[in-house]
Amino acid sequence: MVWETVIGLEVHVQLDTKSKLFSGSSTTFGAEPNTQAGIYDLAMPGTLPVFNEEVLRMAVKFGLAIDAEIGRKSVFDRKNYFYPDLPKGYQVTQLAFPTVGKGSLQITMEDGTEKVIGITRAHIEEDAGKSLHEDFQGLTGIDLNRAGTALLEIVSEPELRSAKEAVAYLKKLHSIIRYLGISDGNMSQGSMRCDANVSVRKVGAKEFGTRAEIKNINSFRFVEKAILHEAQRQIDLIEDGGRVIQETRLYDADKDETRSMRSKEVANDYRYFPEPDLLPVVIDEAYIEAVRAQLPELPNAKRARFVSQYGLSDYDAGVLASSREMGNFYEEVVKICGDAKLSSNWVTVDLQALLNRNDIDIDQSPINAARLGALIGRIKDQTISSKIAKTVFEAMIGNEQSVDEIIESQGLKQVTDSGAIEKLVDEVIAGNPEQVAQYRAGKEKVFAFFIGQAMKVSKGKANPEQLNALLLQKLKG
Amino acid sequence: MSRRTVAALSRSLAQGEFSSTELTRDYLDRIKKFNGVFNAYITVTEELALAQAAAADQRRARGEHGPLTGIPLAHKDIFCMRDVLTTCGSKMLANFISPYDATVVERFNAAGTVTLGKTNMDEFAMGSSNETSFFGAVRNPWDTERVPGGSSGGSAAAVAADLCAMATGTDTGGSIRQPAAFCGITGFKPSYGRISRWGMIAFASSLDQAGPICKSAEDAALMMNVMAGPDIKDSTCVDMAAPDYMATLNDSLKGLRIGVPRQHLAKGLGAEVESALQEALKLYESLGATVHEVDLPNSHLSVSAYYVIAPAEASANLSRFDGVRYGYRCENPVNLEDMYKRTRSEGFGSEVKRRIMVGTYALSAGFYDAYYLKAQQIRRLIKNDFDNAFKDVDVIIGPTTPHTAFKIGEKNDDPVTMYLEDIYTIAVNLAGLPGMSIPAGMHNGLPIGIQLVGKDFDEARLLNIAHQYQQNTDWHLQRPEV
Repeated sequence: MVWETVIGLEVHVQLDTKSKLFSGSSTTFGAEPNTQAGIYDLAMPGTLPVFNEEVLRMAVKFGLAIDAEIGRKSVFDRKNYFYPDLPKGYQVTQLAFPTVGKGSLQITMEDGTEKVIGITRAHIEEDAGKSLHEDFQGLTGIDLNRAGTALLEIVSEPELRSAKEAVAYLKKLHSIIRYLGISDGNMSQGSMRCDANVSVRKVGAKEFGTRAEIKNINSFRFVEKAILHEAQRQIDLIEDGGRVIQETRLYDADKDETRSMRSKEVANDYRYFPEPDLLPVVIDEAYIEAVRAQLPELPNAKRARFVSQYGLSDYDAGVLASSREMGNFYEEVVKICGDAKLSSNWVTVDLQALLNRNDIDIDQSPINAARLGALIGRIKDQTISSKIAKTVFEAMIGNEQSVDEIIESQGLKQVTDSGAIEKLVDEVIAGNPEQVAQYRAGKEKVFAFFIGQAMKVSKGKANPEQLNALLLQKLKG
Repeated sequence: MSRRTVAALSRSLAQGEFSSTELTRDYLDRIKKFNGVFNAYITVTEELALAQAAAADQRRARGEHGPLTGIPLAHKDIFCMRDVLTTCGSKMLANFISPYDATVVERFNAAGTVTLGKTNMDEFAMGSSNETSFFGAVRNPWDTERVPGGSSGGSAAAVAADLCAMATGTDTGGSIRQPAAFCGITGFKPSYGRISRWGMIAFASSLDQAGPICKSAEDAALMMNVMAGPDIKDSTCVDMAAPDYMATLNDSLKGLRIGVPRQHLAKGLGAEVESALQEALKLYESLGATVHEVDLPNSHLSVSAYYVIAPAEASANLSRFDGVRYGYRCENPVNLEDMYKRTRSEGFGSEVKRRIMVGTYALSAGFYDAYYLKAQQIRRLIKNDFDNAFKDVDVIIGPTTPHTAFKIGEKNDDPVTMYLEDIYTIAVNLAGLPGMSIPAGMHNGLPIGIQLVGKDFDEARLLNIAHQYQQNTDWHLQRPEV
């Protein structure tokens, strides 16, 4: 039997506003419990919400970035349920009239194929606080610092067909919200959270299977693993004659499995109704256009520009445009060294490897764009070879010296003096008579041996082209 | 001195006839003497009152006063007041000291008024008799066997018995106007959005509105000048500057077109109320007004619609009382569910629980369209009825209540009979219009109120119309023997 996985994602993005959605309290992460909860956040009797306009601007920005319909009139609703970290006993959210309506996102797979994923809606809502179950002798502690923080819940259509597609979608979403500067999208800190609706069906089937919702998966890698695991669980279940039930499941990263959380909750009745403490938010064309004017260049546009402006391959352009920081870094390097292709290679290969090795982002790179540009400049003007450049690159890490100082102090300058190279070639020929004889007897493969010997003696500094020409000339002669 | 209107007290303070401190002591003495009888106050803030009075006297001496500086008032216990017990008439908040001031409280403080205390009320403003208060029933100063009306019964009784010069109230379905009618005083509910709701504990957010409870339309105008106006803390408070309500009190009523709803003169209206209403209309005619019959064809639906919308909103508004952060928490809960259940079962009274259940039901999946949505549609029809009527008339005048104050315990067995007490007032809240009750007669020693309803945000005209009536009658000056 061939199975197909159907996935829809609900992504909660914590919007990077200074104050909360409906109160003036600060939103800084990591403060002492309950120090950032004002009287509205604590749901003191008589307090009322005041909508933070910055949130609207961010939501509209996102809507425009995914080409979505923007709700001209959005309405807040109350979603009622009891939980200790939900102080009012209801969450203020948007049900029937979200600020962002239908839109779409183009994702790129590792093999370069592209796919457009529909986004159903993105609505504004408030976050809950946190329940702390440790250290309270059997009681639960409540931290309301996060309560009331603005979230944008982005709901995709069930159009993702594999765990890899789901990860590509998430990464694209992550890239866009970071481009827009509306969230840091930090999954481990919870500023981007993902719930996955997963079901399976036989390939070719028209109906969707029964779905399970996997809650709060906190890294890209776990999203992939959780979906893979859950799809396999469902397939095994069905093939063994069982039936998938609609339920909420929790992904346990340690055990790499999902387990049932609360199947009861399917029957929860949230008794939504329009929030009477807030007016509908009405926005006009002028507002939307003003926000549109603030939009930065987005990943797809940047990638296209990199291809046409710098002659890069689609793939390299895509990698460089995947984050705003990466794109900016790249363009700064190009500006300094003047070579777009070399810059692309160095940023996507060597620098990327360095970042991966240290598990850091480009904005924390130990080698900044100016220094990398200077290094590439020295390859271009033949001060050093590409090979030596890698040595210099490694030497630059944790080193305050300029590129030129490093080359100078470590004696890495390429030897281009033809006299010096001739001396080198003579030395190698004189020291290896046996190989010279072989070569002259027609065994031309031995040529590589001489190059290797010469480079070894010159510590890699000999200009390869000059070396090549001179060796050839002397061996033949 | 404590039996005068605010306007008269303000003149006396200005002329130095007595100080605010003397006046305040006089009220505090009366409270000590009579509160035991009427149960109008839940909390008396004597120390604060004397400090505020002293400050007010200094302000007057420096010439930095307004008309209300030094006037003693009481706040309905629904308004949060910093560092003062704010109970909302409930066991749930019987230990709740508010960390902040309601906008209404803050504005009166800024005007230099003197706060005597917090008045009794139906629990969470749910009631029409003030019998649902956790702190006991309030007694009507005209007849202590009778109710003062509700939910602002404590404020109304305190004003009628001169235990304060003026009081604040709130009105969700008639909670200012009905007690004003029962207690023979003036009660004013402004248009929805005219006064900030910040700090006013919510019952039904789309209907709740604060307003003055006092002895005359002029006093109401003086209070409105302090209370009304925009507040960025309340998004539903209109961003429109309030006029000077004193400026137009003496405008002529010549050519005033008064509408009387056909539906209000129908079955159910007591003869004594109807005759007082007819007398009042005659007086208005003598002042140059004309009287016309108007049609409010959907008014019979208002009570039903109200008892869906108000409980629905209340069911959510009261969810925050869960025992987690403040207020009542049950003893020794064994787990979370037990804490929720027992806290809310023990902390709320039966009327509040009834309304939470009704509202929860009305919002439930499968019932929402039939109840909540339908009620909202009726609400729109009721507003349309008023809009149509106001094409032909400037003000609508009718009864405030079907009859005079009833006896304590008389209507406790059947909630629906109690709900029908507000049959004339509820539609005004659903339509968001300004309405007021003024005394217009007496029957068997009990006051009768008539209701004046104005156009959206036309409070100044309404106060003018009421003031002109009071310039030509003295029903509003009648006081019970205390």
